[in-house]
Amino acid sequence: MDFSFLEFYQQEFYDGLWTTISVSLLALVFSLILGTVIAVLRISGVKALAGFGTAYVEFIRNTPLVAQIFFVFFALPAVGIKLSQFAVGTIGLSIYTSSYIAEVIRAGIQSVPRGQMEAARSSGMTYVQAMWYVILPQAFKLIVPPLGNQFINLVKNSSVLAVIAGGELMYFTDVATTEADVTPVYLFVAVVYLLLTVPLSLLVHFLERRWLGKESS
Amino acid sequence: MRKWCTLLLIAAMALFGAACNGTGGGGKIADDNSLEQIKQRGKLVAGVKYDTHLFGYKDPADGQVKGFEIDLMKELAKRMLGDESKLELKEVNSKTRIKLLNGGDIDLICATMTISEKRKKEVDFSRVYFMAGQSLLVPNNSPIKTVHDTKGKKVATAKGATSGNNLKSVEPGAQIQLYENYADAFTALRAGQVDALTTDDSILMGMQQQDPNFKLVGGQFTKEPYGIGLKKGANELRAYVDQFLDQIIADGTYAKLYMKWFKQAPPQDLPRQAVQASPGK
Repeated sequence: MDFSFLEFYQQEFYDGLWTTISVSLLALVFSLILGTVIAVLRISGVKALAGFGTAYVEFIRNTPLVAQIFFVFFALPAVGIKLSQFAVGTIGLSIYTSSYIAEVIRAGIQSVPRGQMEAARSSGMTYVQAMWYVILPQAFKLIVPPLGNQFINLVKNSSVLAVIAGGELMYFTDVATTEADVTPVYLFVAVVYLLLTVPLSLLVHFLERRWLGKESS
Repeated sequence: MRKWCTLLLIAAMALFGAACNGTGGGGKIADDNSLEQIKQRGKLVAGVKYDTHLFGYKDPADGQVKGFEIDLMKELAKRMLGDESKLELKEVNSKTRIKLLNGGDIDLICATMTISEKRKKEVDFSRVYFMAGQSLLVPNNSPIKTVHDTKGKKVATAKGATSGNNLKSVEPGAQIQLYENYADAFTALRAGQVDALTTDDSILMGMQQQDPNFKLVGGQFTKEPYGIGLKKGANELRAYVDQFLDQIIADGTYAKLYMKWFKQAPPQDLPRQAVQASPGK
């Protein structure tokens, strides 16, 4: 197989890798914040807020990411909101991933028995104190492994930016196939994605075993 | 145990890659019964554009694919198999067409494909059936008047096409952005996400018919002879297609179709053989 394209497109692949990593990291931070807010809304007990949280999660989770990305990139300029590909990618991936993260966090918090919250409150803690000192430390161990899985998905999902000339790894892979043979190019990029995701996957397994006492599968 | 899982995964990936290679490269040593196969199955499968006005465009009003190239293919099916309904159209774009041809999904490509030295290594070409040239499409109020005005501007084109590299060699300062196809590139231009769109003027004319808020500028800065793409070594089929094109040019069918789609008479000096010529090469 002819891998000479690596030399010719070296700079492009470095740029693409950097964009993939930076978009993924930024989207991870924003989706964690957004996801936590949505999760709290959903378990707040206030009907209107919980309803909004549920609607958000269901709408975002049940529409294709590529449609969301196209909408932000192609449709929003009509109402005067023109964003760069990088911004569209960061925003789009943050919103999309936040809906999954919200569910992970909600499930984690709700899996801590109700009695814990009641006991903490009756010991004189406020709701926030009880959350912070009693519930969240226990929920955390349940939340982190599935969060890791969401981050792996996020890294892979960043490849949809290729459709709006996003300048990440998959975009430059497509660009390279203009001149080079497709098989080695796609094989190469698969290995690069694996190098990004396999360590994350191993970390998730490690945390699962350590915190949840699960046998490796 | 986990280590083995990881290793297995990588091995599976490699096998998958090898399998793809197997189907992709198969075209190079195909036996030449290209024409017989089509006649036996009684169906000609042509890879055409569905997103390119005037050449191959799926009309959303009635779902029919229409255009100059579609009419050429219908005429070919009529003369080869006796009935234009024996033509099957398959949508291709600049990114997929050669893969589909070499993978055996289509018999030939008639999809605004420029004859270039590089592509000649992957596919065989018929004689020239259309002479286009690369140009620029910009909004009517754009400051871009010539090719060199694209310096520092964002210019869209489609993946897999040579247009981006051509523009780069004329004006290295242009920032090329590649979209999945010309429809997406045009959407990006209309949304104002890019300043210009570059490809063959033949394709740009179709876009302009669709939306008169845009105009062609910069003239033709490349020579883009279109040829019908055929599997390497499919000599019988290629000879047939060449003869067919010569025939329709001689008997006036070509001129009639040209007039129907481009509202002008075809050029008298259409060469039989030509290759892409751009200033950078």
